[in-house]
Amino acid sequence: MKLDRTNKLLIGLGITAAILIARLFVIQIIDDRYKIDASNNSMVYQTIYPVRGIIHDRNGKILVGNKTTYDLLVTPRDVEAFDTATFCSVLGIEREFVKRKFEEYRKNRRKIGYRSVVMIKQLSPETYMKFAEVAYMFPGFSGQVRNAREYPFNAGGNLLGYVSEVDQSYINRHQGEYKAGDYAGMTGIEAAREKDLRGEKGYAVYLRNSHNRIMTRYRDGEMDKEAVPGNDITTTIDAELQHYGQLLMQNKVGSLVAIEPSTGEILTLVSSPGIDVDILADFGNHYSEVVSNPYKPMFNRAVQAPYPPGSVFKLVNGLIGLQEGVLTPSTCYPCSMGYHFGKHKLGCHAHRSPLNLEESIMMSCNAYYCYVLRNLLENNSYSNIGEALDAWNSYVKSFGFGRKLGSDFPAELGGTIPDSKYYNKVYGKGGWKATTIISLSIGQGEIGCTPLHLANLCATIANRGFYYIPHIVKDSENVSIDGKYKEKQYTMVDTLHFPKVVQGMYRAVNSGYGSGGTASVAEVKGLDICGKTGTAQNPRGDDNSVFICFAPKDNPRIAVAAYVENGSFGAAWAAPIASLLVEKYLNGEIGDSRKALENRVLDGNLMHKVKPN
Amino acid sequence: MRLTEKGLFRNIDWLLVMCYLVLAAIGIINIYASIHSTESGSILDYSGRSGKQFMWLMVSLAAAVMIVFVFNPRIYESLSVPIYLAMILLLVAVIFLGSEAKGSRSWFEFGHVKFQPAEVSKISTSLLLATVMSQFGFKMGKIKDFLTVAAIIVLPMLIIILQNETGSTLVYVGFAFVLYREGLSGWLLFMIGMAIVLFIMTLTVSPYMAIIFLLAVTTFCDAVYSGKLKGWAAKYLPALVVLGFVPTAIEHAAGLFENPEDFMEAADPIYILAAVMLVSLPVVLFHAYRRGNTFTYFAAAAVIAGTLLVFSTEFIFNDVLQDHQRKRIEVLLGMKEDPSGVGYNVNQSMIAIGSGGLAGKGYLNGTQTTYGFVPEQSTDFIFCTVGEEWGFLGSTAVILIYVFMIWRIVHNAEKSKEAFTRIYGYCVASCIFMHLFINIGMTIGIMPVIGIPLPFVSYGGSSLLAFTVLLFIFIALDGNDKRYSN
Repeated sequence: MKLDRTNKLLIGLGITAAILIARLFVIQIIDDRYKIDASNNSMVYQTIYPVRGIIHDRNGKILVGNKTTYDLLVTPRDVEAFDTATFCSVLGIEREFVKRKFEEYRKNRRKIGYRSVVMIKQLSPETYMKFAEVAYMFPGFSGQVRNAREYPFNAGGNLLGYVSEVDQSYINRHQGEYKAGDYAGMTGIEAAREKDLRGEKGYAVYLRNSHNRIMTRYRDGEMDKEAVPGNDITTTIDAELQHYGQLLMQNKVGSLVAIEPSTGEILTLVSSPGIDVDILADFGNHYSEVVSNPYKPMFNRAVQAPYPPGSVFKLVNGLIGLQEGVLTPSTCYPCSMGYHFGKHKLGCHAHRSPLNLEESIMMSCNAYYCYVLRNLLENNSYSNIGEALDAWNSYVKSFGFGRKLGSDFPAELGGTIPDSKYYNKVYGKGGWKATTIISLSIGQGEIGCTPLHLANLCATIANRGFYYIPHIVKDSENVSIDGKYKEKQYTMVDTLHFPKVVQGMYRAVNSGYGSGGTASVAEVKGLDICGKTGTAQNPRGDDNSVFICFAPKDNPRIAVAAYVENGSFGAAWAAPIASLLVEKYLNGEIGDSRKALENRVLDGNLMHKVKPN
Repeated sequence: MRLTEKGLFRNIDWLLVMCYLVLAAIGIINIYASIHSTESGSILDYSGRSGKQFMWLMVSLAAAVMIVFVFNPRIYESLSVPIYLAMILLLVAVIFLGSEAKGSRSWFEFGHVKFQPAEVSKISTSLLLATVMSQFGFKMGKIKDFLTVAAIIVLPMLIIILQNETGSTLVYVGFAFVLYREGLSGWLLFMIGMAIVLFIMTLTVSPYMAIIFLLAVTTFCDAVYSGKLKGWAAKYLPALVVLGFVPTAIEHAAGLFENPEDFMEAADPIYILAAVMLVSLPVVLFHAYRRGNTFTYFAAAAVIAGTLLVFSTEFIFNDVLQDHQRKRIEVLLGMKEDPSGVGYNVNQSMIAIGSGGLAGKGYLNGTQTTYGFVPEQSTDFIFCTVGEEWGFLGSTAVILIYVFMIWRIVHNAEKSKEAFTRIYGYCVASCIFMHLFINIGMTIGIMPVIGIPLPFVSYGGSSLLAFTVLLFIFIALDGNDKRYSN
């Protein structure tokens, strides 16, 4: 190729193209500068945070509202030497804090660039206004409105959950949904309904001029996006009742759950010890204190703790016996201070003998249910005990035990109900018989259920055979709940078997002292409370006190389960607590005759009996 | 030989037509990508920009068909003078009658259709250049001929400067390549280039460094000419490098004195340079005289001329020009970012292109361009969309299509037996080249921000139509030549 002028020009063309391509290669492939957070350059996005949805109780009272607070922002590059003393005294902060912050900014100055960063979070309006008056002395500082949670009622605590700033792992778990500085519900309803409550962030776009100062709205705000406030949530909780429930459970470890049987709506759900709303509002500062508490106040026992149900479970076995035909309401079994098998005995307390079904519930006879379970497991219509146990397992599960009920709690525990596979594994196939697992009859042994399961059992019996999945959020204007919460869930036991059991529960409460009824303490004149006590063994100390009850007997309006760890007999603590809650709900107040009982409960302190892990 | 439609059909350079269509399609696709988030509708929806561009492509293709199949290619040569004069009139008229946009009057507005005479004047200038330079007896070397040609090129440039579209005139500098091809001295071309570089360096770096650069280039050329490259590398290069660091050294030294400002003023490096030059110039000239080396005389003259240029540039810029004129040049050269956001554009544009990476973010997935971070994203900054969504591979492919197209035009021009066709072809190639280099160079930050479109790709009806006419006149001329030469 001769180097004439044409070729020289073409070589020039080639060189020019090569320069362009080389430059593209540099900025597209080699240089990372242009890939990193493009939007931080020249265009300034100011986030407009949405107002978080309000949480109401079932009567429209505000459980969780919002209050205005201010974050103090600082643009380190714009800060000039300032009067630290005034600054600290106005904002009520330490000099050390300011020094530390600015050292931090200096270290990260490249990363921060011309951005502003949050220096102090959630200043009260009073403090911020004081600062605003002297703000002219402090160029580079500005305020940003942030809403914080406010709790008009001390009701809910744990149940409501807390809101806090998202951390890196949270951001990673919710790819693309959150950015540092965003708030999110971390537990309880705040977490479960985060998507409804959070709303949508907006932003305002500003332009920086050549000196990197924010000058104008970009395109007069044409590209801005308004924040969309979060949806309000209406809960099924009754704020007053919840508050009262918390008082009843104070200084005790356990749970108190109340359900409206006709809807499955949870009226009250207390896990004690819980978290006061004052702590919830300022969770960041109390975090370590809460986490180090040996009683684990963050742990929602009502839906997460696996407990043995104790004698309350006799109701289930009785119903299954009736359905399976191994038991009739008039069947009587003897009891001689317990059930004897071989050299062993499952003990019982002193009561008259023999008893029929109703009386067995009323007096909570252990032996009676040993007979029932044995008859169930040694039923000839099943080819072997394994098959019989699995049939029993299915019945129990149809009451909601041994599985997650499907409530709207984010972390509901399923619990355990054993089956043949389980015992085959433990004892070997053929290595076990009815008497080996006889404690299942009285709700001990390998059964684990949550207080919510027990409350649901109570609602099922109150409804005479069906339940609605317990839930805590109601339909409201902008939020609709899953259709499953409106469907009746039937057990595998025919509804016609329930009235006998209900009658037994009625007699347990309303037969008067001296009759042998175990729950006379729960009797409230005119309320027709039906209940069943339970005393569940606790390997760590005194027995757990258990009680479920509903009222009134006909068209029940409330079903309650109370579970008090180390509370000894069911009648000792759980029955008073549950019945007081029922009385409060149905009568609005506690009758004079029961004031003494109420005071005993309110003042009762069982904490010394509980050995935390 | 019979003139059949088929004959013409066969003689058209379909490769060029293909390039044209591919680029136009790339244009529509990327215009849609750059607007799809803000304008609803499909890619060919007439209410959207991509749909409008498609309509304009149809209009342009109709014009192309007319040019190739209907018009007699001979008319361009005979009508070039009236066309040129008419365009000059339009260029002047737009100053008074045009609508104002961003401080310049360069657009005519007819309802929804906007039209920029500067875009069409490239065609008329090319046609007249081809006519004049293909005259029998025309010689680049003749002063009269050279001045005629220079006047043809400079006249529209001056008027466009008056329109406040100074940047657009840079495209006309490309005609220098045509003149070079037709016999203009390479040294003249080189000196034009040097003058531009010195001018820019004086303003953006410093007069001192501009002169160092001038010395380096002239001594290097002299060394190459007289075959003493080794001597140059051993003596001149180290000396120049040392001189290059003098300003930094002085700045550091100033820190040692009580009054640094005074010292800096007293020890201005330009004085040292002047002393060095005054001492060395007689020595250099004496050597040249002894060896009878004429080139060295020229080199010395060039150094003196260049130095004068540097000082006059500084003087004119700082003392003669008015504030607003100075500001315009500063903005043009990227020395200052202006309030309307020239620097902002480039920064956003580079972020957009840079974020594309190797293979791009994928069609319609660009975040920077689609969310309106890059203004003028469908017109002058359309290449950002290409860069962001198609990545390095896509951008390179687009550049290579242009390179092929320019090469092909030059190739065809060289094969033509008609001087008119050849010269016109070079004009077309130069125009496309200048647009390509300036436009893409601007989006990737190696050229100042000059609002000129990327040929065939940028959104804009009058631009697309003008480039179509420019190209297809050449295709018609080329096809016509081939038809007669077989």
